[in-house]
Amino acid sequence: MERRVVITGMGIYSCLGKTLDEVRESLYTGKSGIIFDPVRKEMGFRSALTAKLEEPNLKGILPRNQRVYMAEECKYAYVATKDALEYAKIDLDYLEKNTVGLLYGNDSSADAVVKSVDTMREKKDTTLCGSGAIFQSMNSTVTMNLGTLFKLRGINMTVSAACASGSHAIGLGSLLIKWGLQDMIVCGGAQEVNPFSIGSFDGISAFSTRESEPEKASRPFDRDRDGLVPGGGAATVIIEEYEHAVKRGAPILAEICGYGFSANGEHISSPNVEGPANSLKMCLQQAGMKTTDIGYINAHATSTHVGDTNEAKAIYNVFGDYKVPVTSTKGQTGHEMWMAGASEIVYTMLMMKNDFIAANLNFENPDEDSAKLFIAGKRLDRHFDTFLSNSFGFGGTNSTLIVKNL
Amino acid sequence: MEKQELINQVNEVLAEEFEVETSDIAPDAVIKETLQLDSLSLVDLVALIESTFSVKIQNSELSSIKTFADLYEFIYARIAK
Repeated sequence: MERRVVITGMGIYSCLGKTLDEVRESLYTGKSGIIFDPVRKEMGFRSALTAKLEEPNLKGILPRNQRVYMAEECKYAYVATKDALEYAKIDLDYLEKNTVGLLYGNDSSADAVVKSVDTMREKKDTTLCGSGAIFQSMNSTVTMNLGTLFKLRGINMTVSAACASGSHAIGLGSLLIKWGLQDMIVCGGAQEVNPFSIGSFDGISAFSTRESEPEKASRPFDRDRDGLVPGGGAATVIIEEYEHAVKRGAPILAEICGYGFSANGEHISSPNVEGPANSLKMCLQQAGMKTTDIGYINAHATSTHVGDTNEAKAIYNVFGDYKVPVTSTKGQTGHEMWMAGASEIVYTMLMMKNDFIAANLNFENPDEDSAKLFIAGKRLDRHFDTFLSNSFGFGGTNSTLIVKNL
Repeated sequence: MEKQELINQVNEVLAEEFEVETSDIAPDAVIKETLQLDSLSLVDLVALIESTFSVKIQNSELSSIKTFADLYEFIYARIAK
């Protein structure tokens, strides 16, 4: 009998809130998490727009000897994961006695790298980098920290796949469970929110420059979009084999029915239509579903011209005239990059469990391609039971997940 | 700098960095135990002393610094030079 993969816990730390309740409320009311950051302007940024997020203060919660190894994104991931484990009714005693895996999306730890390099250049003495620098500087900083903090003993690996990292982490985790290699995996995505991490991204003119109206800057699918707004934080989902979850009396929230993936094999930054479409088709096929089984699509759409256009084309190519509601939560959050694939699963789970589809913030006028889709510019108060979530990244990596309500 | 002034300053920076009370620090107490240092966080002790007092502790010298009194003497001797 095929092993089913279910979600039994979730946690999030984002610009829309530090708890699931806060985030649900922000989604419902259409709150924007975007601000103008004067520090970035002083640093020479073309766009000083960013999501607003405070770094969690873990002093008094974790001892210094554990905190010192944690980069900014690890702190977000720690808070999100602690909440997700509590939601799933998992305590440290359980984690020490059972084999639980960890697959987390992360693709940079720039702030820690920059600080170490600055120290080395200024002081010419590597000791002054301190004991935590190496552990903070690696892409796998999130999984090495969470693995030791939560005593995880199963698969332990960071998934670095640009802006599809979080989605691939969940997808790969679901396969490991489906194949019987793990019963439970902590999955998610984390994204640092400091200027150093995205300065060079700003340098390629990818960001919106609508600085006079921060809350209107991220406008996925809108005709007048002019680029993305960087965001971040962390989101965690606990995924588990269905019978395993039933046996331990876990809250069973939803089933991961399909994981599709593909690569474009073309340009390093410009997406195409065929690659994303292939990911969508593979995901539907893996889930054994038809397009009409999908009640909502949480799009990748980041508010860039070519990205949103090509995603709209890919969705239309696959879904045709079936007018499934499509929105991108990035209108509210900006682009949460390495975290986005995981956070958007959490956002959409909150919508699905509370019978609404958050407005695609700032979608005022369609363009030629978005006009062919049913993009909800206003919140829809409606029930849906199955959703599809897209995540695409630099290098042309694509990931799609289908999740069904239980 | 007077020796007692140095001792007070060392205790304050150590207490702040390693999150202990200055009252936990006694001259004959073992540094590693009091500050809960392992082989990695010992690096932070060296870095802290270097950045605060401009005194470099070489690896070969570290093994002879066991108590806080040893540390005070080491720093005081280097500063006095």
